[in-house]
Amino acid sequence: MAVSRTLEPPKVRVGPGEWVRKNLLSPWYNALLTVIGLWILYEVGRGLAVWALTQARWDVITDNIRLFLVGQFPPGQIWRVWLSLLFSSLLFGLGGGLWGGTIRQFACALGVAFFLLALLPASWATRGWLIGNLAAILLGYGTGVWGQGNPQRSRPLRYATIGGWLLLFPVLVMLLSGFSGTQVLPRVEAGLWGGLLLTFLLSLVSIVLSFPLGVLLALGRRSALPAVRLFSVLYIELIRGVPLVTVLFMADIMLPLFLPEGLRIDRVVRAMAGFTLFSAAYVAENVRGGLQAIPEGQIEAARALGLNGFQTTFLIVLPQALRLVIPANVGQFISLFKDTSLVAIMGLLELLGIGKAVLANPAYMGLQREVYLFVALIYGVFSYAMSYASRRLEIALGVGER
Amino acid sequence: MVGSEDIIICEDVHKWFGDFHVLRGVTLTIKRGEVVVICGPSGSGKSTFIRTINRLETHQRGRIIVDGIELTDDVRNIAAIRSEIGMVFQQFNLFPHLTALQNITLAPIWVRRWPKEEAERVARELLERVGIPEQADKYPAQLSGGQQQRVAIARALAMQPKIMLFDEPTSALDPEMIKEVLDVMRDLARSGMTMIVVTHEMGFAKEVADRIFFFADGNIVEGNTPEEFFSNPKEERTRRFLSQILVH
Repeated sequence: MAVSRTLEPPKVRVGPGEWVRKNLLSPWYNALLTVIGLWILYEVGRGLAVWALTQARWDVITDNIRLFLVGQFPPGQIWRVWLSLLFSSLLFGLGGGLWGGTIRQFACALGVAFFLLALLPASWATRGWLIGNLAAILLGYGTGVWGQGNPQRSRPLRYATIGGWLLLFPVLVMLLSGFSGTQVLPRVEAGLWGGLLLTFLLSLVSIVLSFPLGVLLALGRRSALPAVRLFSVLYIELIRGVPLVTVLFMADIMLPLFLPEGLRIDRVVRAMAGFTLFSAAYVAENVRGGLQAIPEGQIEAARALGLNGFQTTFLIVLPQALRLVIPANVGQFISLFKDTSLVAIMGLLELLGIGKAVLANPAYMGLQREVYLFVALIYGVFSYAMSYASRRLEIALGVGER
Repeated sequence: MVGSEDIIICEDVHKWFGDFHVLRGVTLTIKRGEVVVICGPSGSGKSTFIRTINRLETHQRGRIIVDGIELTDDVRNIAAIRSEIGMVFQQFNLFPHLTALQNITLAPIWVRRWPKEEAERVARELLERVGIPEQADKYPAQLSGGQQQRVAIARALAMQPKIMLFDEPTSALDPEMIKEVLDVMRDLARSGMTMIVVTHEMGFAKEVADRIFFFADGNIVEGNTPEEFFSNPKEERTRRFLSQILVH
């Protein structure tokens, strides 16, 4: 009797009912905890829902939505903000079409957001812009997909998209601040920027500038040149030993004292400088951690191949180190994004500052809950988007990781 | 294959790690095309010695002359020497963020300034030569240890070095992978490459080496042709070492 049987692997069936029983209901004290937890969730959720739908006065948000989004940006010039947004929508669309993946998810989320916002009651001009943004995403996406299959088309399109992202910041600043004395783009003082727009600009600039600065400081701290090393260590330790609020005060009050007569730096720019210098010290320490994690053998192998110190750093060490510190750096950037609310002490009204200013209006007295919930929601959405992007980036760059 | 011209000359090389005297006056001359195996107990300074030859370690006394250039702190000399010497490490030290092909083309493109297409053509030829042409686009983590070490050898060869240094190239490998790496090294030796190999693979040494040197306590105890070295070791220290590694 030559019986040769292969046993089937044991089937593991985890249906929803099974899962609930296993994880929530056994043993008995887990069941008790589940019941209590559900009850608390229900009570809180019900209270919140009833309040939000029947008692909350959301008109404080809708009446002041322009303030929340752009602060005191002159209403007649608001098209410049929309145009900036249109430009980034187009880039998101293009990126999503060309590369797919996370950028496509972001482009989709943006498109859906624009569509839903356009359904809300708003002026026809606003709706027009929202639909325009949606169209820009679709146009960019279509172009991206059209170019993606064909290397001859995709290559210039990719370069154009990357170039567009690099140009985004200078274009944004020029478009928003304009030029004094011109008819088409009259100057808008940065002091008038506010709300979410200001929050965005502050964090965008500080993130983009503090990253390379931080990398340089981290390299400086490990430099063989004593002067460079000393400077980096002093800078990092000094900044890390001082609260952000103090740095902002310094940027606001002390910096103008050191500048020559007649040279006045805009308050928003001073705030950006403060955030950048502060964040750079933390980025530097994160990156230093990454640099230390690279085994000595990597550097020896690079040297043995005849690469010089510069090539070893930029081709071998940094690409590996920066990948390792993505989570830490994104954490730093998320906290920077939220810390921009501290510019209130400089008299600038970003998202949270506008919220406070609105509440100071007697017509909206006692509506703290509505305003702060709205502000928290916006911070939450964008912080989550950043942390999601970071996780996706880690996975995308994790190819071939040890 | 062994030429008459000296390519590596070491005279009375000393090195200290702090108080520890690692190399105690090593004197050794290697001719072009020669294959030299260095063996010895761990801590005897054999790895440190071959690392001084491409100046991954600096020596503190004595002279090392490689291909007519004396190793000093002069940066130009070091760069010139390093591009003439290929090195293979015990832990492979492949760059994990680059594919096998990119690992190989990196130095030719950045140091030799070859055009990318040329570098890739040479890299594919080398991968063919070490027997893994199909792995070109894989990352090191996707390769077995033996394959990684063969990529590392190809990477060193891509710079078209005159000398190859091997620092225990098979010590970190599983037994079934040792052969594939030794085969590549054997072919390389037959092609006339000057090689210095630190290894405990005595079969390889017997078959391929022109001379074997036994290191202990920071110096050469004795050096000879493989036949003499194995059948007729002169020093007591060598006999003890050989009896320990050949028994099992």
